[in-house]
Parts: sequence; C-alpha cells; structure tokens
Amino acid sequence: MAVLLIAEHNNKELRPFTLNAATAASQIDSDVHAVIIGQNSADAAKQLSELPVVKKVLSVEGAHYENFTAENFAPVVVKLAENYSHIVCSANTFGKNLMPRIAAHLDTSQVSDIIKVISPDTFLRPIYAGNAFATIKSNDPKKCVTIRPTSFDPCESTGGSAPIEKVDASEEFSNTKFIKREEIKSDRPELGTARIVVSGGRGMQSGDNFKLITEIADKLGAAIGASRAAVDAGYISNDHQVGQTGKVVVPDLYIAVGISGAIQHLAGMKESKVIVAINKDGEAPIFSVADYGLEADLFEALPQFMEELNKLNTIQK
Amino acid sequence: MKILVAVKRVIDYNVQIRVKEDGTGVVTDNVKMSTNPPDDNAIEEAVKIKEAGKATEVVAVTVGEEKAQETVRKALAVGADRGIHVKVDGILEPLAVSKILQKIVDKEKPDLVFMGKQAIDDDCNQTGQMLSALLNWPQATFASKIDVKDNKLEVTREIDEGLETIEINVPAIVTCDLRLNEPRYASLPNIMKAKKKPIEEIAASDLGVDVSPRLEQLKVEEPPKRKAGIKVANVAELVQKLKNEAKVI
Repeated sequence: MAVLLIAEHNNKELRPFTLNAATAASQIDSDVHAVIIGQNSADAAKQLSELPVVKKVLSVEGAHYENFTAENFAPVVVKLAENYSHIVCSANTFGKNLMPRIAAHLDTSQVSDIIKVISPDTFLRPIYAGNAFATIKSNDPKKCVTIRPTSFDPCESTGGSAPIEKVDASEEFSNTKFIKREEIKSDRPELGTARIVVSGGRGMQSGDNFKLITEIADKLGAAIGASRAAVDAGYISNDHQVGQTGKVVVPDLYIAVGISGAIQHLAGMKESKVIVAINKDGEAPIFSVADYGLEADLFEALPQFMEELNKLNTIQK
Repeated sequence: MKILVAVKRVIDYNVQIRVKEDGTGVVTDNVKMSTNPPDDNAIEEAVKIKEAGKATEVVAVTVGEEKAQETVRKALAVGADRGIHVKVDGILEPLAVSKILQKIVDKEKPDLVFMGKQAIDDDCNQTGQMLSALLNWPQATFASKIDVKDNKLEVTREIDEGLETIEINVPAIVTCDLRLNEPRYASLPNIMKAKKKPIEEIAASDLGVDVSPRLEQLKVEEPPKRKAGIKVANVAELVQKLKNEAKVI
C-alpha cells in the first residue's frame, strides 16, 4: 500500500519542510500520495503535484481548513487512511499538533521525529534530547510517522505532474475557533533551513544587545537563533528558540554566543556541520561540541568579529 | 470548574544520561528522577486558576510504576487538592497512557485536562493530542498563555512561525509550554500538608485498557560523538579558520 504525505502549506504555497517529509515518505515506499487540506490552496496543490516523488495529490478545500486546525484536519486524513500503510508529515509544530490526533483515531502508536528510515517498519529516532538514538520497529498495521525535517534532504521541487484529485471535506469541528496568528516577518533566511545560524544566549544580557548578533547575521546572510534562557528573559521572540523544545537546526555553520550549552540547547544544534562557541566561561559545556571555541567577552569579541568580516574580500552567501 | 493535571516521572533534566551497554535502554538505577518539567508548568497553571477563583478543584494524576507517585505527591505539595496514581509497570506508549487517562476523565469528569507538551525522556509529544482525539475534545497544544473566560479558554500557542491564539470551548485539553509560567517551589509546611492529602491508587488492569506496547525498541545506542575541536586565541584567528579551514564563510 502507498504512503500518504500530509502537505504543510500556507494556502498560497508549500512550506519548505514538506519537501523534506516527501523525501522521507519516498524512502518508505516509492508510491507516495500527498494530501493538501486548505482553503483556496490550488496553487500550493499544483506545486505539490510538481514534486517528482509524489504520484497523486488529494486536495481538500473548505473554509474551516484555512487555519490548519488539527481538529478539522484529522478526520480528513483518518478517512483517507484506509488506503494507505503509512501517514507521514514533518515533526514541526504543524505535524506535532496534528499527527497524534490522527494516530489515536486509527488506534496506532505513533513514531515521532524519526531521523532515518531503516526499513518500512523500522526507524531511528533520538530520545532524551538526542543523547541516545533508539531503533524502533512498529507492529501496527498502519503507521503514523513524523520526520525530523533537518535529517532528510528536500526532494526535487519541479518536473513532476501528478494528477490532482478533489476529495470531499469533512464536517467542521465547532469547539475550536482560530483567533489570530502573529507571524514574525523577516527578510533573513528561515531558522530551520538557513545555511548559517548565529545564536545568542543569556550572556547577551538584553534584547538591545542582540543587535550585535543581528549585524553579524546580516553580514553572513544568516538566521538568528537563541537559547531558551534568552527567549524566557524576553530578549527575543519564541520562534528563534533552538533546542529540545524549540527548533532543531543543522546549518553548515552554527555560532553560539553567550550560550553555556545546556543539554536541552545542544539537542537542537549539535548536528550542525561546524560549530563555533564564543563564551567567557572556558568551562562552559558548549565548548565540548564546538569545532572552534573562543574564550572571550562577547561584548569585545562580536564587534571584532564584525570588523574581521568587513576585512574579507568575499563572503559566501 | 475542575482541572485534571497529568504528570510524569522522568530522569531529571540536569542528568547527563548514559546508554546501557547491552543496548536495551538508558541507565535509570541511582539516577535522580523528577517531574517532567512542562508538567510542573501544567500544575502551576491549574493551581493559579484555582487561586484566582476560577476552578474549584485540581486533581493530579500519574500513570506508572510505584515510585511515579512521588510526582503526584509533589503536585499536592504545590497546591493540587488530591491525587490519582494509576499503577502499571513496564514501558508505556503515549497511546496507552492516553487510553488510561480517558478512563480517568470518564470517572472524574473534569472540565479541563492539562499536561506538559512533551516528556523529556521519550520526546514523543503525543499524549495530550491523543487524549483529545479519544475524547473528541478541542486541543490547545504548546500553550504559553491561558485566559479562562466562563466556559471558554483563550490560549496562545507557540508555533514555528511565532504565536497563534485560539479559543476553545470547555471541556478541553491544554498541553503546556515551559514559558506558560514559573512553577513555584513547595514550602516545607506544604510538603508536610501534602502527605495528608489523599492519593487514590488504581490498578491499570482494573480499567480494562490494553496497554501492551505496539512498538518494539530494537536497540538504544549512543549518538555519534563529535570529534574534539580546538580553542582559538582571538577573533582574527577564528575568522581565518572559518574562511580557510572550514570554508563556511
């Protein structure tokens, strides 16, 4: 039986991690169908049909799908699930919110946040904030799997031409009402997919001081991250948090500034290709994962860093 | 309004966990255990709502082995009125826990069920959503702010893009983020008082729920180690290394 991928989108276009989830789905079975649930989401459905790994698109439209409410999405997927062996989506806040609701309806034990498909029923996933990896075999006839997007490459986004089939909407769930979404708009790359991430921690001491990080991030074309401590202290908004309960990032370069490196933060960044730590405490645990450690006061080091960057003839973007 | 709060006993968040040499799991003997951190936020929020006069009773429930009762006792020490311990040994998957909690909800008839958004041991992030599916109740996951309004809650949720606000009708499930509040410490007199508060013990087998695992844990291993890095003397050296050695800028 085929795999059903749940597309994440904003009604206009696919959100990038849908492509990573499509890759994971195609590693489970080459017969991947994708469902897109939304309102006026035809353009996103067309984009989905162009992913070469997707063999068929199921499109479900309805006013009650506009805001991606799990209580409305779950019945649609549960109804479709009959024809599929696996249901797959990203383990970001969209998929985390939705998939367990589907799994419970299907009476199946979900496998969360996998980082590798070992076989169609066996997966590798991190536990204990990534301090152990568990190999898990699912014995349920239907498998609900969420995938860690940064552990799978995005699939090709053009060249496919899967048929788009309309599917009837399910009834509206009336006890949950969407009020508003406050998205923080930024011209910088998205944290989850950026090639370089510059993150600040409690050592930044204030939200104002984050401008030292912002400058460098802009110079490098980087996204801005933060430790939970910095978010809790109100220096920066929650969408920047990297860690066990925030985002997991795997950039080519991760620069941790004034971050001590609690287990929970390391969980979100220690797979980065190159890690730099700047911290005045030479004993900080962040240095144990850093390829390059600089023991220095960040308020001296960051302006110097900016100066050194300005001296370079070229910077990769 | 009556609030049921589910709490889980996990390895303390400060412990550097060790994988067992035979690959069957992680070492738990002589390891410090405590309440799953966001479950502390769930208890705190329920107690605050009661203190504000908007709830009449806070009941803490845990599902697990004998010692899991410590987490209920701790919840009682910070303000929960009574506790329930559903006793069961062995590995419990979120699906099984949510089915047990469903039985407790049937019995207790709470208006709200709170719990942490994720347990820091298995990192599954499933139980609240599963319970709300089984009950067909609304769910507000990853809550960082809760306003109680008559028979509704307005909840701010932390999502990847920023914040989302939803309104849910009671009865409902809320899973709590660490930023929801600052959990209080239990004072010594309250710890003493908590010892007198009742904890009802229920055997999971009496609830008629099949808790047998559906997943097989074939192996638990250490993640690949990063090779040791170097310390650089100054910023100029750092930038040179990034440019010429790592070639990332």
